[in-house]
Amino acid sequence: MFDFGDGKTNSLTMDKPHPVSLLDTGVQGVISHPLDRVDGPLKVSGSATYSAEYQIDGLAHGVLVGAKIGHGKIVSVDADAVKSLPGVIDVVTDFDTFIKVPQQGGETGAPTQGVKEIDYFGQIVAIVLAESFEAAREAAQLLPITYEKSEGTYDFAAHRDEADKPSDAMIPAHYTQGDVDQAMTDADVTVDLTYITPSQNSAAMEPHASIAVWEDDALTLYSSHQMPTSGAQQLAKSLGISAKKVRIIARYIGGGFGSKLGIAPESVAAAIAAKQLGRPVKAVMARTQVFDATVRRSNTEQRVRLAAGRDGKLTAIGHDSLTSNLASEEYFEPVGIGTHFLYAGENRSITHDMVRLNLLLSGSMRAPGEAVGMVGLECAMDELAEKLGMDPIALRKVNDTQTDPEKQVPHSSRQLSRALDDGARLFGWDKRHAKPAIQREGEWLIGMGVASATRANMLQQSSAKVEIHPDGSATVSSAMTDIGTGSYTILAQIASEILGIPVETITMSLGDTNDPPAAGSGGSWGAGSAGSAVYLACEMLRSNLAKAMDVPEDSLTLKDGMAIGDNRSRAIGDLVGKGMEATGEIKPGKQEKETTQASYGAHFAEVGVNVVTGEVRVRRMLGIFAAGRVLNAKTARSQCLGGMTFGIGTALTEDLIHDTRDGKLVNRDLAEYHVPVNADVPQLEVHFIDERDIHANPIHAKGIGELGIAGAAAAVVNAIYNACGVRVRDMPITCDKLLDGLPPL
Amino acid sequence: MQWTINGQRYVAEVDVRTSLLDLAREHLGLTGSKKGCDHGQCGACTMLVNGRRVNSCLTLAVMHDGDEIMTIEGLGQVGNLHAMQSAFVKHDGYQCGYCTPGQICSAVGMLDEAKKGWASHASASLTDAELNDAEISERMSGNICRCAAYPNIVDAIREVAGLGDREPVLVAAGEVGA
Repeated sequence: MFDFGDGKTNSLTMDKPHPVSLLDTGVQGVISHPLDRVDGPLKVSGSATYSAEYQIDGLAHGVLVGAKIGHGKIVSVDADAVKSLPGVIDVVTDFDTFIKVPQQGGETGAPTQGVKEIDYFGQIVAIVLAESFEAAREAAQLLPITYEKSEGTYDFAAHRDEADKPSDAMIPAHYTQGDVDQAMTDADVTVDLTYITPSQNSAAMEPHASIAVWEDDALTLYSSHQMPTSGAQQLAKSLGISAKKVRIIARYIGGGFGSKLGIAPESVAAAIAAKQLGRPVKAVMARTQVFDATVRRSNTEQRVRLAAGRDGKLTAIGHDSLTSNLASEEYFEPVGIGTHFLYAGENRSITHDMVRLNLLLSGSMRAPGEAVGMVGLECAMDELAEKLGMDPIALRKVNDTQTDPEKQVPHSSRQLSRALDDGARLFGWDKRHAKPAIQREGEWLIGMGVASATRANMLQQSSAKVEIHPDGSATVSSAMTDIGTGSYTILAQIASEILGIPVETITMSLGDTNDPPAAGSGGSWGAGSAGSAVYLACEMLRSNLAKAMDVPEDSLTLKDGMAIGDNRSRAIGDLVGKGMEATGEIKPGKQEKETTQASYGAHFAEVGVNVVTGEVRVRRMLGIFAAGRVLNAKTARSQCLGGMTFGIGTALTEDLIHDTRDGKLVNRDLAEYHVPVNADVPQLEVHFIDERDIHANPIHAKGIGELGIAGAAAAVVNAIYNACGVRVRDMPITCDKLLDGLPPL
Repeated sequence: MQWTINGQRYVAEVDVRTSLLDLAREHLGLTGSKKGCDHGQCGACTMLVNGRRVNSCLTLAVMHDGDEIMTIEGLGQVGNLHAMQSAFVKHDGYQCGYCTPGQICSAVGMLDEAKKGWASHASASLTDAELNDAEISERMSGNICRCAAYPNIVDAIREVAGLGDREPVLVAAGEVGA
C-alpha cells in the first residue's frame, strides 16, 4: 500500500532519535496554539457531511436484520413473506460472504465470514432493501427466519475456569520475570485483590453507516471509519476483489473510540446488496444493532498482587486477567499493557487468559488495556499505600523508574513523578485526609483520590501529500481521519508552521483512500504518525523552496506566505511554478525497541458520597499530562476532557449486561447503557507539562487521545473509598454496592 | 402536508411512519439534524418546533402540519453563524461534531425556557431558576456527547447567556469530623 518511488517522497524510519524539529525553528507561530478547529464552522452549522448523508441518486434504503438466537444456525429465511410489502425491493442474504463480526483495527484480511451459523445474539444475517427507510424497517422486523438453536456459553462466571491462553498480540499473553509467589511470601507488606470490570460499549454518537456505490467493478463506500486505508483492504478481501477497486470516503466520523477501527457488518451487507440490486444502497445500523453487533470492550476479572518493603518499594507485581471473546477470535483486552512498564519491581507476572463465550465480538475501545487494567493496578496501589501507611503519591513516586523494568531500556521521556507532584499542588491534595470517611458536608461524605496515568505510545506507517499552489495556498491530503480528535486542525498547523503559509489558506483533504495511505485514527497514534508524514512532506518542500530561492536551507525563513533569505523576500507562490508537491512518509523503526515510549500523567478526583442514598457525585477532577509536544492546546485539552469523562463512566455508570440465558444484551440502547451526561461531569481541569520526545517522531509528540482515560476511573474509585470508607472492586460503583457499608447519618 | 422549515415552506406527501427527523434528513436534504439513536435518548436530532426544543426522531412529520420548524441549518450558516454556533467554535464545545447541531438547538431552546423562568430539577424552587452551571448542565443532560465536551458546552452557553467566565474552581473545605 505504500509504494512511492516518484522522487517526490521524503521517507523516514525512526531508527534513530530525531533531536531537531522544524516545529521548534518555524516562525509562523501557530504550532501548539489553541486555534479554533478549522472544521468548526462546518460542524456547528450542520454542513459537515457524515457517512449516511451523501445525496446520491437512486439510493435504496437497507435495514439490517440480526439473529434472534444466541447460538445455532439458520434453517430458512422466508424473503417472499415480506417482498410483497409496499416499497420493498428485495431481501439480500449471502450466508458465505456476510461478515460474522467486525474486523479488528489495522488487520489487512477479512474478518470472520459466514453467517448461517449463529454465534451471538444479534449477529447480522440479512439486509432488507426498500424504496424508503420506513418500508425497509417494517419488512426487516417482519422477516420470518427459522432457526435451529444449540447450546451456547453465555455466562462468564460459570465458564471462568475453562479459560485458555490466547495467542500473543501487541503484548505477550503471558509474561513472567522472577518469582512473584516467593516475593509475596517474603515481603513485609502485600495485597492480593480481585477487581471486576464489565463489558462496555464505545457508544459513538454516529451509528455505523455505509453507502455503497458500484461503478462497473469498482466500489466506493461512504462509511464511518477510523482507519480507511486498512478498512478498504478488509472490505476488498471480504468481497473477493482487489483493494485497488475499493475506495472508502470518511470525511467526517461521528466518533469512534475504537468501534470503527475495522469494517463492521453494514459495510459488506451494503456492498453486496448494491451489487445485487444494481443501484446504490445505504445501510445505517440502528442504535440497538450498534450495541448488539459491532464490538464491545471485554469484561475483565483482574487479580492484582503487589509485594513491597516497608519503604514502599515494590518487589513484585502480579496482574493476572481473565477476559472473554468468541471462540473464533484471538483478540484479548490487553489488561496488563501498562503494568509492564509503569512501576519498577523485580518479580513480575502479567498474564491474560480468555473465556470463550457466545457474546458479540470483544475488541478495541478507547485505550484498550489501560482503561480497565489501570482500575486494577491503580486501585491496588491505593490499597497498598493504606496498608503501608504511606501517602498514595509517595508510594507511586518511590516506584517511579526511568528504565523499563522488563526490557531494561530507557523510557523515551517520562514525567510521572512531576505530574503527581504538580497535580497534587494544583488540586490541593494536602487538604486530603488520609483516614477515610471523616470529611462531611451535611449528607455528603467528601474524599479525594489519585491515580497515575499512562498510555503506550505507538507510531504507525503513514503518508501525506502537501502541495503548494501558485497563489501561495496549500493543500494537505492523506487517508488519515479526524474522528473528533482535531486532525484537520493540527495537521494544518504543522504544515503552516513549517511552510510559513497561514492556516486559513491551507485546504485539508482527509478520510479518502484515494489520497496517500495512512494508519488513520486509533491507539492515539494518529497525530504522531500522520503529523510526521505532513512534517516530512513539508521538510522536502522547504528544501525545494530554498533551492528555488537559491539560499541555504538554514538561512531560509518562511512566514505569512513569504520566503525570506539572503536579504531577499519573495512570495512563496512565486517560487513554485505551476505548483510544488511532496509526499512524506513515516515508518516505525529501531527507536521502538531501543526505548519504551508512553505518555504519562496523573488524575485527581474529589467526590461526594451521599450517606443516605449511596449516590456518588464527582465534584472536581484534575488531569495533568505529559505527552510530548502539544500540537493544539485547545483540541488536546478536549481530548483529555473526553478521556477523563470515559473514566467517570467506567467508575460509576457503564455496565453492558449480557443475559446469561442467551447472551442477549439487556441494555442495548442509550437509555439503559449509561454514558455520562452533562450533569454527571463537573468542571474538569486539564494541565499539560511541557515536553519533547525526540525518540517518538520528528514532531516530538506522543499520543494524547487515550491518556485521559488511563487511570481516570481509578482516581474516582479511590476517592470514593477516601470519602466513605467502602472499598468496591466491582465496577461500576452504583449506589447498591455502597449502601450497606456507609457510616450512619 | 406543509411545514415551514427555516423560513421556507415545504409541501409534500409523506409516509405516516416518517419521523420529523427523517423528513428532514431523507426527504428534504436537511442532514444537519443527526440521528444518534432514533429513540429520543441522545438528543442529536433536536430541532426547534414553534420555538420549543423537540427530539425530532420521536415525533411524526404528519403531526406537524403547519408548524414552524427551525433546524441547525436555519439557525446560522458558515460565514453567518448564530452566536451559539460561534460560541461552540470558540470554546471547543464539540469534538466529532455529530451531537453538535442537537446541542446547539437544544441550548438555544433551553436559554429561552430559562428566560421564561421555567424551573428544572436543579432549581432551588419552582419560582427560582437563576441560570448557573448546575442549571445549564441539568437542562442540557438530554443531549449526550460521547466525546464529552460537556465543560466546554457549558462555557459556550455561559458566554451566550451573558454569564461571563466560569465560577472559579474551589478546593473543598468542608467541616472535619471525627
